[in-house]
Amino acid sequence: MLRYALKRLLSLAISLVVASLVIFAVIEVAPGDPASFMLGINAQPDTVAALRSELGLDVSKAERYLNWIGGMVRGDFGTSYTYRTPVGQMIADRMWVSLPLALYALALSTIIAFPAGIYAAARRGKPGDMAVMGATQLGVAVPNFWFAMMLVLVFAINLRWFSAGGFPGWDEGFWLALKSLTLPAIALALPQSAILARVMRSSLLDILGEDFMRSARAKGLSRRQALWRHGLRNALIPVLTIIGMQFAFLLAGGIIIEQVFFLPGLGRLIFQAISARDLIVVESVVMLLVFAVILVNFIVDLAYAAVDPRLRART
Amino acid sequence: MTLLRIEDLSLSIGPHKILKNVSFSIAPGEIVAVTGESGSGKSMTALATMQLLPESAETKGAILLGDLDLLAQTEPQLCAMRGKDMGMVFQEPMTALNPVKTIGDQVMETIQIHTTMTRAQAEEQAREMLTRVGLPTDRFPLSRYPHELSGGQRQRVVIAMAIALRPRLLIADEPTTALDVTTQAQILDLLKELVVEFGMGLMMITHDLAVVSEMADRIVVMRHGEIVEQGKTRALFEEMKHPYTRALFEASGHQVNLPERAEVPEPILEVRNAVRDYVLPRTQLFAPRQYHRAVNEISFTIHHGERVGLVGESGCGKSTLTRAILGLEPLQSGSITAFGQEVGPGQNPALRSGLQVVFQDPYGSFNPRHKVARIITEPFHLMPDPPTGEARDRAIAEALVAVGLQPSDAGKYIHEFSGGQRQRIAIARALIIRPELIIFDEAVSALDVSIRAQILDLIADLSRSHNLSYLFISHDLSVVRTVTDRVLVMKAGEIVEQGETQEVFSNPQHSYTQTLINAAPVLPIVGQGAA
Repeated sequence: MLRYALKRLLSLAISLVVASLVIFAVIEVAPGDPASFMLGINAQPDTVAALRSELGLDVSKAERYLNWIGGMVRGDFGTSYTYRTPVGQMIADRMWVSLPLALYALALSTIIAFPAGIYAAARRGKPGDMAVMGATQLGVAVPNFWFAMMLVLVFAINLRWFSAGGFPGWDEGFWLALKSLTLPAIALALPQSAILARVMRSSLLDILGEDFMRSARAKGLSRRQALWRHGLRNALIPVLTIIGMQFAFLLAGGIIIEQVFFLPGLGRLIFQAISARDLIVVESVVMLLVFAVILVNFIVDLAYAAVDPRLRART
Repeated sequence: MTLLRIEDLSLSIGPHKILKNVSFSIAPGEIVAVTGESGSGKSMTALATMQLLPESAETKGAILLGDLDLLAQTEPQLCAMRGKDMGMVFQEPMTALNPVKTIGDQVMETIQIHTTMTRAQAEEQAREMLTRVGLPTDRFPLSRYPHELSGGQRQRVVIAMAIALRPRLLIADEPTTALDVTTQAQILDLLKELVVEFGMGLMMITHDLAVVSEMADRIVVMRHGEIVEQGKTRALFEEMKHPYTRALFEASGHQVNLPERAEVPEPILEVRNAVRDYVLPRTQLFAPRQYHRAVNEISFTIHHGERVGLVGESGCGKSTLTRAILGLEPLQSGSITAFGQEVGPGQNPALRSGLQVVFQDPYGSFNPRHKVARIITEPFHLMPDPPTGEARDRAIAEALVAVGLQPSDAGKYIHEFSGGQRQRIAIARALIIRPELIIFDEAVSALDVSIRAQILDLIADLSRSHNLSYLFISHDLSVVRTVTDRVLVMKAGEIVEQGETQEVFSNPQHSYTQTLINAAPVLPIVGQGAA
């Protein structure tokens, strides 16, 4: 198990290096010089040159790559071209919104999807199954911002249980902050839980057809006991894969939801940075998201091994 | 006194009648074999007894275990009986165990669902049972996972699970069909011992009459959901009142009439010191690579017109050798030459036209969206100038007629054919370009005995009409014995013995060959009274 974990860790490190090179290269070939963009078209060439040197744009590409990576390792993400504030600080602020939101949404999605998927699988072909499958069909088809608007309409405007948007900050109290993230988290979670419930159901149905489920029944387990004791853990592998992918999506992909609920999250930050050619911010946020995705995949790999002993044995 | 009495059992799933008025009984300590070909309803009889039928199944009649009619029990009552009063062992040991639970947990589970034993007591009993079935816990601790065991060992775990609470009735559905002959012999011995020791009744479902004759006290022969004949093993084999029983028996020990070998001492396939290594995954990052030698210094020659058998158990390297001969695997050293040309990846494509193969699975080796004509003409692309138009149609018709099908079958799809017919189509595909050598890779292993006998006859007929040369690979000794002139016995990547087939079988020299031959179940020699 330890060797397995170390191997996954090594592959994590390699992925990170490759990803950083790709991100750097892509951003470098993107047209537009940040310095001339910031100063406008009427700027004097020597002013642009001065700014370029101040931003560290006048050295070789290899040097800039190493400076960037070295800085990140030390926790120094550089200074935003447009806001003139440390990028690290900006990201950290936004992270305090996006990360809790993603975790919140993921928790909701799992809490909804697991029972729904298991229920549907246990009643395959019966009305209960069809109702759940119909609901998930709707969940997959309807975009999350529409859910968001409906939630605002019902719970913020009509019932006035929640505010329609904005984020007070964690300093204002944990519950208040959590409350303001609730509607966005539900809006994010609904389509995700629909997908997850479908995966859970089909994965369980595959397992229910396995020979060992028949063996379990031949021992005297009831249908339900066999499902819980032998089916669930075997069905988890594809489900874990989807959960890992969903977390990555939720962390970065909340741009529209953040826009709808006016939340100062990572999605909005990256959107603004791209519009303003704030390359250093874009690079750093993308790198951070890549890191998060790879880290989540690493955790999912470990979870696989915890679930399935055959993976532990494989070196 | 009877333990299990099945009375007038009828079973239908939707419009299909699966079982019709099945009646037989099993006494304590008795082994009753239920035999028949696929679709005879033998497995459904077993599942009906366990009441593990598909939900849409409707049953009539009675299944009495003691005085209790199983058909009248509620599901919770049945759950309380399964595993405790009746246990079941299945065909496929590789998939019959939950891969994510230890063998100890899985055996203990049977005990814990039905008794109030503490974990420690259940563990003790699981240990006892695993030791009893031949997995002593000092070598096979309870913490092992199924993937760490071989097929035979897994089947022992499945048996331990089924007998952990000493049920009165054990049902074994083809328990050894997926196992090698030597392992099969051990598992059959174990089952026999357990029946005597526990006084259990054993319902043994199997298609293999040779296994039946060695195991069973009584035999029930089924066909199309009905019992055609039943009786004491000895008496049944001697009388064989029903023609179907006789047909089944004859097909099981079917001997083909192989034409005399045409002696043309011209080699068409020469394997010289062939070695195939597989790289094993590194155990440590910078440790030197480890290799598994699947084929070790193998040499043999097949001459024109010769029929050669290759036998060996799973993992002996048969498949790797076959793939190497087909040029699908590179060799690490040595050489394989066919018709004077080197075989290997990157070989001359024309070489393949001289060398065709028929695989085991008649269901998986065709594209279901292609018609028969297209399927059997696939090898034409190996020829420099394939026949077209009328010549092509003639070739298709000839190939189909040669394997006993109609020329009109060319326009059909593969799902319209039975398993035996599909295997004929596979042979037609191999024949159509008149190859020098055909490789039959377990080509009759998935077929029912009566179909198998027909295909073997077909191979013998084709030998006569087409002067075939072939390499016949099989784990089934009785089949190899009848369709080959010469046989190679393979073990752990090496050929341990080779020679004239009859000579090797009647007077095996190598101890491994002797073990194989002794382990293979044989049909009883019965009087000609019935004939």
